[in-house]
Amino acid sequence: MPRRKSKVADGTNPPALTDDVLRDIFERMVRIRSFEEEAGKLMESGRIPGALHLYVGEEAVAAGVMVHLTDDDQITSTHRGHGHLVAKGGDLGRMYAELFGKAGGYCKGKGGSMHISDVEKGMLGANGIVGAGPPIAIGAAFSNKYRGTGNVTVCFFGDGASNEGTFHEAANMAALYGLPVIFLCENNGFGEYTRQDRHQAIRDVADRAAGYGMPGVVVDGMDAVAVYETAGEAIARARRGEGPTLVEAKTYRYFDHVGVRGMGVVYRDDSEVLEWRKRDPIDLLGSRLEELGVMTREQMDTLQERVLFEVREAIAFAEASPDPTPDQLLEDVYTVTAGAR
Amino acid sequence: MTAVESTTARSLTYVEAIKEAITQSMREDPSIFLAGEDVALYGGVFGTSRGLLAEFGPERVVDTPISESGLVGMGVGAAATGLRPIIEIMFMDFIGVCMDEIVNQAAKMKYMFGGSARLPLTIRTMAGGGMNMAAQHSQSLEAWLCHVPGLKVVMPSGAYEAKGLLVAAIRDDNPVIVIEQKLMLGRPAEVPEELYEIELGKAHVVKPGSNFTIVALGRMVSESLKAAEVLSADGLDVEVIDPRTLQPLDTATIVDSLKKTHRAVVVHEAVRFGGLGAEIAAQMQEEGFDYLDAPVGRVGAPFAPVPFSPALEREYIPNADKIVAEVRRILGKQV
Repeated sequence: MPRRKSKVADGTNPPALTDDVLRDIFERMVRIRSFEEEAGKLMESGRIPGALHLYVGEEAVAAGVMVHLTDDDQITSTHRGHGHLVAKGGDLGRMYAELFGKAGGYCKGKGGSMHISDVEKGMLGANGIVGAGPPIAIGAAFSNKYRGTGNVTVCFFGDGASNEGTFHEAANMAALYGLPVIFLCENNGFGEYTRQDRHQAIRDVADRAAGYGMPGVVVDGMDAVAVYETAGEAIARARRGEGPTLVEAKTYRYFDHVGVRGMGVVYRDDSEVLEWRKRDPIDLLGSRLEELGVMTREQMDTLQERVLFEVREAIAFAEASPDPTPDQLLEDVYTVTAGAR
Repeated sequence: MTAVESTTARSLTYVEAIKEAITQSMREDPSIFLAGEDVALYGGVFGTSRGLLAEFGPERVVDTPISESGLVGMGVGAAATGLRPIIEIMFMDFIGVCMDEIVNQAAKMKYMFGGSARLPLTIRTMAGGGMNMAAQHSQSLEAWLCHVPGLKVVMPSGAYEAKGLLVAAIRDDNPVIVIEQKLMLGRPAEVPEELYEIELGKAHVVKPGSNFTIVALGRMVSESLKAAEVLSADGLDVEVIDPRTLQPLDTATIVDSLKKTHRAVVVHEAVRFGGLGAEIAAQMQEEGFDYLDAPVGRVGAPFAPVPFSPALEREYIPNADKIVAEVRRILGKQV
């Protein structure tokens, strides 16, 4: 749980939280949950090859951030990246097709779960290397500033990645150059299987911001509205040209590091998972929407059914998509430079 | 077009040629920026960007902290979002601290994304020994990079090549590593004044010859030309080939040479074991076995880090004498 929350910047008002925005955040969270639960089943039944790192439990972070962004704002993602792309408006059919390794996937089956990306939507890739995102994110932010676009880049990373040198180099450079980037730490309490108190001597990754001369803020990552407001302040600050912010969202991974149940090695108690599930981000927001009269339970149920239907359609699309053919093996290694002289 | 034959060629040093390539490219294309350690205010520790800050300003000529991972990663992110960065890694040895950004990010992004990313990224770095800078400031690590699909690698052998290959690298829409060499910095050559590029992936026959082929990388081209002169006294008419681009390698030009000479030696400053010479020799044997009258020889550094002492470094780095000795050894086996 967050121990403190500081303002990102004086005089910054979070963008208005309208009923439409609340419904939008809720729908994005439901889409992520549904996508990931079905993906988990497909992996465990052996229908998806390779490894999946599932985002279930962390939905409030991606959804609360992404409603602030347009397709021209970029994000860098992590190995746990499906939720980010779903929240950024990714096509579920092309996503599943990529997880299946099919030609109709986002990466024509060449990337898979860990490299899923949508450059057109500003999603600069999930990444198989922990801590690879921050330097790439500051490059995109540098580009936005250089081109004067007014766009921002959100760099998602975990508590584990906050121990990589790349994070520290990028944070220092972002603050030094005043880049429009938000370092969004999804602290789910574990670097792979190692609990946070066994991989770093601090409790709040946000403390590290002070070392680089940027604001650091802790937010309850299970509370989508809190994420929305805090990320909104940081994003507004970046858009105004006031530089980077480190936002740490305290969240939790319900499933294993890889897959749903993992390899059966016990590294945390079931009771801990159940404790976190009591503050499930979708339940929390759902109750709030009901109290506020923004959505009824029936409307939420209808939404969930519609999303599940879309997810099943997407899986059907993916399964029907052809495998890549051998002639595609050597394609896309290099760009044929236009007008090469 | 491979290169412009200029009527305005004049003598320019290697370092000036690099600077001119960057300057003229930046004038031509506003999406190009240069970033690196001490490239702006100081003008580059080797002087390759002196004066650029004054002309282009701090937005386009960017001093960075000593953070190679951050620096190269910034280049990757900027290239993927519409810019054409030139990133300088001060010494080639320092790629050890940004290998992930080069190998796992820049090289693979296009392929991993199914072709949807475009990475017009140039990384310049200074390699080579001969200046008594010891084991961490003197290496030639081109083989590491040539091994990675998605990267292009060029190694200019003089001022003319330095300008033309750098311009081509900057204009290319892929990550291209440009390996420059310290010992050539002050060496002059005829360099056209106008902007020209040397086509990537094309080798250059520096000196035509009829009965022996030397394939030499970078600075070893000039050492090979000296060796060829010595060997002419033995009655050898040596052909010297400069691949210019190491990845993709122009095997065809090399094999064509074998068809007339039937014997070859490959020369590089890098450690011989696992060096690019091994790959070139293997390709010669695969593609040109029927033309070969002798095993392909290799000249490279011995299997040790680059030593500091001038007395040891002199012994370590390949030179014309060692090339001559290897050619004679090959011929000795032959006779």
